[in-house]
Amino acid sequence: MKRGWPLLVGAGIGFALLYVPLAIMVIYSFNASKLASVWGGWSVQWYGELLANDQILTAAWVSLKVAAMAASIGTVFGTLIGYAMTRFGRFRFRLLLSGMATAPIVMPEVVTGLSLLLLFISMEALLGWPAERGIDTIVIAHATFCMAFVAVIVQARLADLDVSVEEAAMDLGARQPRVFFDVTLPALTPALVSGWLLSFTLSLDDLVIASFVSGPGASTLPMVVFSKVRLGVTPEINALATLMIVLVAICVGLAAWRMARAGKG
Amino acid sequence: MTAPAAQRAPTSAPKSDRAFIRIEDVVKTFDGFRAVDQVSLDVAEGEIFCLLGGSGSGKSTLLRMLAGFETPDAGRIEIDGQDMTSVPPWDRPVNMMFQSYALFPHMSVAKNIAYGLKQDGMSRADIEAQVKRMLDLVKLSALGHRKPNQLSGGQRQRVALARALAKKPKALLLDEPLSALDKKLREETQFELMDIQDSLGTTFIVVTHDQEEAMTLGSRIGVMDQGKLVQVDKPRDLYEFPRNRFIADFVGSVNIFEGVVAEDLPDRVTIASDALGGAIHVHHGMSCQEGQTVWVAVRPEKMVLRREAPTGVLGETVGGMAQGVVEDIAYIGGLTHYRVVLPSGQRVRATLANRERHDDAAPTWEETVWISWAGDAGVALTS
Repeated sequence: MKRGWPLLVGAGIGFALLYVPLAIMVIYSFNASKLASVWGGWSVQWYGELLANDQILTAAWVSLKVAAMAASIGTVFGTLIGYAMTRFGRFRFRLLLSGMATAPIVMPEVVTGLSLLLLFISMEALLGWPAERGIDTIVIAHATFCMAFVAVIVQARLADLDVSVEEAAMDLGARQPRVFFDVTLPALTPALVSGWLLSFTLSLDDLVIASFVSGPGASTLPMVVFSKVRLGVTPEINALATLMIVLVAICVGLAAWRMARAGKG
Repeated sequence: MTAPAAQRAPTSAPKSDRAFIRIEDVVKTFDGFRAVDQVSLDVAEGEIFCLLGGSGSGKSTLLRMLAGFETPDAGRIEIDGQDMTSVPPWDRPVNMMFQSYALFPHMSVAKNIAYGLKQDGMSRADIEAQVKRMLDLVKLSALGHRKPNQLSGGQRQRVALARALAKKPKALLLDEPLSALDKKLREETQFELMDIQDSLGTTFIVVTHDQEEAMTLGSRIGVMDQGKLVQVDKPRDLYEFPRNRFIADFVGSVNIFEGVVAEDLPDRVTIASDALGGAIHVHHGMSCQEGQTVWVAVRPEKMVLRREAPTGVLGETVGGMAQGVVEDIAYIGGLTHYRVVLPSGQRVRATLANRERHDDAAPTWEETVWISWAGDAGVALTS
């Protein structure tokens, strides 16, 4: 493998940059020392303390709820947008819709967060809803960018999908929305699953937008972690991060296993 | 390569001469481009009608208008006496077999076939019985539980056929039904398709770009070019009596000699052709004037190629003759194609059947030969 070694070195450096920090963090989560950066022998005490920390557990639960709801809402609306953009032919304002629907992807998070905050405040003044900012407003905010990602994924999948399969269903006597549920949706399932998972991760990850639109009593995990880190990294955070890596690994593994099975079937 | 039309069993003849599918002055425009331009066509019940044309000729658009996926800008489409012009696809009594087969990938073969029946609200037992009949018809009884991606190309084609026939449509529309199959399988499938059509008596409308396929399958063929239906005829008539140069050239291969009418008699025409370097006699009358430019079409297999001058009398048994040099020979087994250059520079194709294993008398490269054809072999065309 004469030609192979520069490639291997490059790949090695790349992977090292990605995974060595993670590995160090995982190791330090088992650190007995109270100081996050000084090794004091093996211990699982920080996992115990983590599970006893109500603030973190509550925040984690809020984050999971927000991510699940935002991903679901975003997937439904994103699918509708993607479908309209690929299957409704050339309608008026199509370009405008496609531009506006995907804008949240490239919009700076600060702008999105601030504008949504202003929206919620004026809505509260005019409509009386949302009465206070909290989980609801975070879900709405996250659903907007989730929708944009799902729309792009669904659009790409639908563009690849043979239109004549849907036409065949119509030809055999099915009307809309029957055709959509019988034929289009099953073909879209892989795209929807990956769109939902991506949305879930993005929502779980978001700090900036959530900070703008959340209210008292509704702190997401990134918000809590960030506020803790400002006071100094504790081994507890390392333990939390390790658990999140395990969770993500399980999710990715499941998705890969499903896709491999679908490929064989 | 042009095979003459297969002789059809009388059972496949149309049930009646009544126009079962009637297309009247249909026009379809896409962005100012006339995809289908004033097409009128009647198809009889029980016939296999082939729409033949190159890509962009409008044949698929016409088929899609019959299925209901496109609405004509003008004109009328009638199926079995009912106006279908603006009826949506799900309410039409016709079904379509798609070029890509368009099988539902997540459903089993049996579910695919049952789909249309389910939409009609048929009872479970009836659906099962009909699915079984269809699977038997296309000889796939053992594979009902398989998914489409576990089937071969030929099997998928049969599933698509069974699915489209399951609802007992008044007409089956087939979009390039055999184009995805390899040559051997395509030939077998052609005959199977004809057998199935015979046994069901369903009207078939087949779109194809393959003229051999059109000739084998079709009881009649309509040739389309640039959105217009140029000629509608039985395969043999289409081949032997093309209406113009486009048809003559599109359906099979042909030699075309340009010339000027020298003598116009009621039952024969004499044409002076510089391209041939002599007179051409056509043994059929035509409406033309002396001095008018016409074109004589002669099929390669009707050309006679000899070293000696033809013995017949020009204008009686011989329609035309000229001397030329063999430029190219293509031996393809059953036939040999010759290309002969005439002094005028025109190239003539002649096809000879290889009846003998060894034919030492066959002309070879660079040899000077005579080409000629019988008096009734040529067709004079005015356009």
